[in-house]
Amino acid sequence: MDYAIEMLNITKTFGPLIANNDVTMQVKKGEIHAILGENGAGKSTLMSILFGLYKADGGIIKINGEQVDIKDPNDANRLKIGMVHQHFKLVEVFTVLQNIILGVENTKRGFLETDSARKKIIELSERYNLKIDLDKQIRDISVGMQQRVEIMKMLYRDADILIFDEPTAVLTPQEIDGLFDVIRFFAKEGKSIIIITHKLNEIMDIADRCTILRKGKCIKTVDVKDVNAEVLAELMVGREVNFTVEKTVAVPKEIVFEVQNLNLFDKDKTKKILNDINFNVRSGEIVCVAGIEGNGQTQLVRAISGLNPSVEAGSVMILNGINIVDKSIRDRIELGLSHIPEDRQRYGLIMDYNLSENMVSNTYYHPEFQKHGLIRFDQIKKYTEDLIQKYDIRSSLGATSSARSMSGGNQQKAIIARETSKNHNFLLAAQPTRGLDVGAIEYVHKTLIAERDRGNAILVISLELDEVMNISDRILVMHEGSIYAELDPKKTTISEIGLYMSGSKRQTSEVKHEQV
Amino acid sequence: MYDSIVSYLALVLLAAIPLIVTALGGMFTERGGVTNISLEGIMIIGAFVGLVTVNKLPASWFSSNFVLYLCGMIAAVIGGLIFAGIHAIAAIKMKANQIISATAINTLAPALALFLTMSLTLGEAQGSDKILVNGTRFIIERVPLLADIPFIGEVFFTNVYPSLYFGIAILVISSIVLYKTKFGLRLRACGENPHAADAAGINIYKMRYQGVFISGILASLGGYFLVTSFTNEFDATVSGFGFLAIAVMIFGNWKPKNIAFTALFFAALLTLSKGVAFFPALENWLYPPIPADTPPEQIAFLTYVSTKVIPNIISMLPYIATLAVLVLSSKKSAAPKASGLIYDKGER
Repeated sequence: MDYAIEMLNITKTFGPLIANNDVTMQVKKGEIHAILGENGAGKSTLMSILFGLYKADGGIIKINGEQVDIKDPNDANRLKIGMVHQHFKLVEVFTVLQNIILGVENTKRGFLETDSARKKIIELSERYNLKIDLDKQIRDISVGMQQRVEIMKMLYRDADILIFDEPTAVLTPQEIDGLFDVIRFFAKEGKSIIIITHKLNEIMDIADRCTILRKGKCIKTVDVKDVNAEVLAELMVGREVNFTVEKTVAVPKEIVFEVQNLNLFDKDKTKKILNDINFNVRSGEIVCVAGIEGNGQTQLVRAISGLNPSVEAGSVMILNGINIVDKSIRDRIELGLSHIPEDRQRYGLIMDYNLSENMVSNTYYHPEFQKHGLIRFDQIKKYTEDLIQKYDIRSSLGATSSARSMSGGNQQKAIIARETSKNHNFLLAAQPTRGLDVGAIEYVHKTLIAERDRGNAILVISLELDEVMNISDRILVMHEGSIYAELDPKKTTISEIGLYMSGSKRQTSEVKHEQV
Repeated sequence: MYDSIVSYLALVLLAAIPLIVTALGGMFTERGGVTNISLEGIMIIGAFVGLVTVNKLPASWFSSNFVLYLCGMIAAVIGGLIFAGIHAIAAIKMKANQIISATAINTLAPALALFLTMSLTLGEAQGSDKILVNGTRFIIERVPLLADIPFIGEVFFTNVYPSLYFGIAILVISSIVLYKTKFGLRLRACGENPHAADAAGINIYKMRYQGVFISGILASLGGYFLVTSFTNEFDATVSGFGFLAIAVMIFGNWKPKNIAFTALFFAALLTLSKGVAFFPALENWLYPPIPADTPPEQIAFLTYVSTKVIPNIISMLPYIATLAVLVLSSKKSAAPKASGLIYDKGER
């Protein structure tokens, strides 16, 4: 069998962390090969080694049967290996054309010469149906087009081996379909494709074979046609996984939180980031805000939580009957707001404080935790130990472990424990499962639904449509700072949400009212 | 009036050239991603080395003062490269804090220049900390033909220092290098998003070394141009011109053309106190003659105002303008995104 790429017994460590441990992967010519694994399983590291960004500590790489030494991206380039990174490697203030030619520029008498490059790129874009605006700056084009620029960078360098690192994370369902069509076309032309992902349905959809990594080790390589999503998930996590979230029908009662005419401008006051947002959340229901990253969700969360209080005059946010627009963060917390932030390491925890200190970081001033201005550490420790039991938070030293030493999943559990244990009736959860493995995601979803059944109002911001469909009782779709649709998860489909997410469809206000 | 304008413009250009050249140096290093606030120190080194060279080399070796001037430039550049090298190794290879290493240079440079001046008796006399400049010998009296062009001939081609032409050439070349060459494209990529440049196969460290070295060359030339054309004595200081050049670079938004205009604006303010002398009417308005019938008890006060207060206010203008422009322009600043950030290849 002819292999285009063979990575044999690759080992790579970062200090004490073993990112790849004796990993072997072989990719056939013209196949679409998926690499599946949870966060931190070592997928991206393995590919960065193949692309020359990292140097492996051990193991060999063969390209088309010949052993090669890939020291830097230039070597990868020469071996016709191209990579689309998860976080695009584009210079924002350069034009599309400049980004594509960067590193392989043509010159004429010492000056840059772009005409021949332009011609070649236009030919390629017509052949593969990849629409790009060559003279626009990267910061002015959509994320979808930025990805096409990254693909074009590989094609312009005549790559035969194409690596895609989590290519669908930033795309709408429609854009994903388009991307997969292009990838299938590449494979048909004889190019070898590697896709890094943790989304099982995408592997089932597009890949021929799949290599599964778990904790830096290679578990197995399987033919996709011989397996199903459940088998893949089990191989990835190492145990059986329950995909469907069990929940009863919601019984929403009174309105707990309401937003009226919320407007917010960016720092320079030039661009509107939130545009006339109106919605409410009732007790006993989970409302999900769906949308592509960067369409105002982060700013919405910051406005509600008080991290960014500079909303426009006339904006109203009512929590338990009180307008909180001018209230401080502490006032909002006291009024019943709990917040699971999007960036748990920046806004969720103080990384160098220990677990017990973190558990009371927004309640330490309550009499139960302080007396005469002195903190009652014994009470805090007892409180934390209760929560550790109740929420199954695992850490090396229990209440005294530093937040930094804990795994991402347990950090998130700690935040959830803190936020759901304090006095509250409105829970704002921003991407609560971001970066978590399947097991932890299951846990978060269960907790959210338990919160709901306890009669709290819950607002979840999510980029994962599967999650939105699974846990929500009502869906709000955001696009460019506006709410484009309000949908019932039982009556809608992922592709319909996709249309609203991309802005190609918008509900009129009358329809919205009917649905409410 | 006409002659006054010509004289004032010539003076403004004289002050603007060192600012432009040094600010362009700052632009190159920042565009590559390394902050270099040691421009001041490197200017001092360039000025010192260049000046000592032109003063100590026997004039009889040279066919013309212009060749001597060139030798001074070369010596200045060598000095600048050594000091820029210190910063480059600290900032790029050792991944040290760039502000600290540049501050060290800013402290070291004047001290070293002063020490050498006094210990090697490079100054006017034993124990003196001042080096005589005698820059007028480098003046080009008139450029044939071109000097006959009305106005332009008088400003640009009559009684000018060679630095004027070098400065303009450096400005044009910098602009071309930055925007029209492979080097410029790669350098800018390193300062904006080194990760993108790295993925495109560009050696970030190499580009950044080049950027810092260019700043060493240009800042040392800036210092040399400044002292040979603008002062009579050199006592190991360039009076904050290096820091002013950084301000010029920032207000010029890291773009050659804007840097040139900003430098002219600052130079116009810097030379205002001297320039006033060219315009008798303005001078009269600023410093009105004390009327003969002034009560004697007021004469002392009025003299104080016109000799101390008003000149000082005028001298303050460039610095007040610096603050004002800084406040006004800070929001629109287009600084290279990765400037001052250490690039670590292994970082995840």
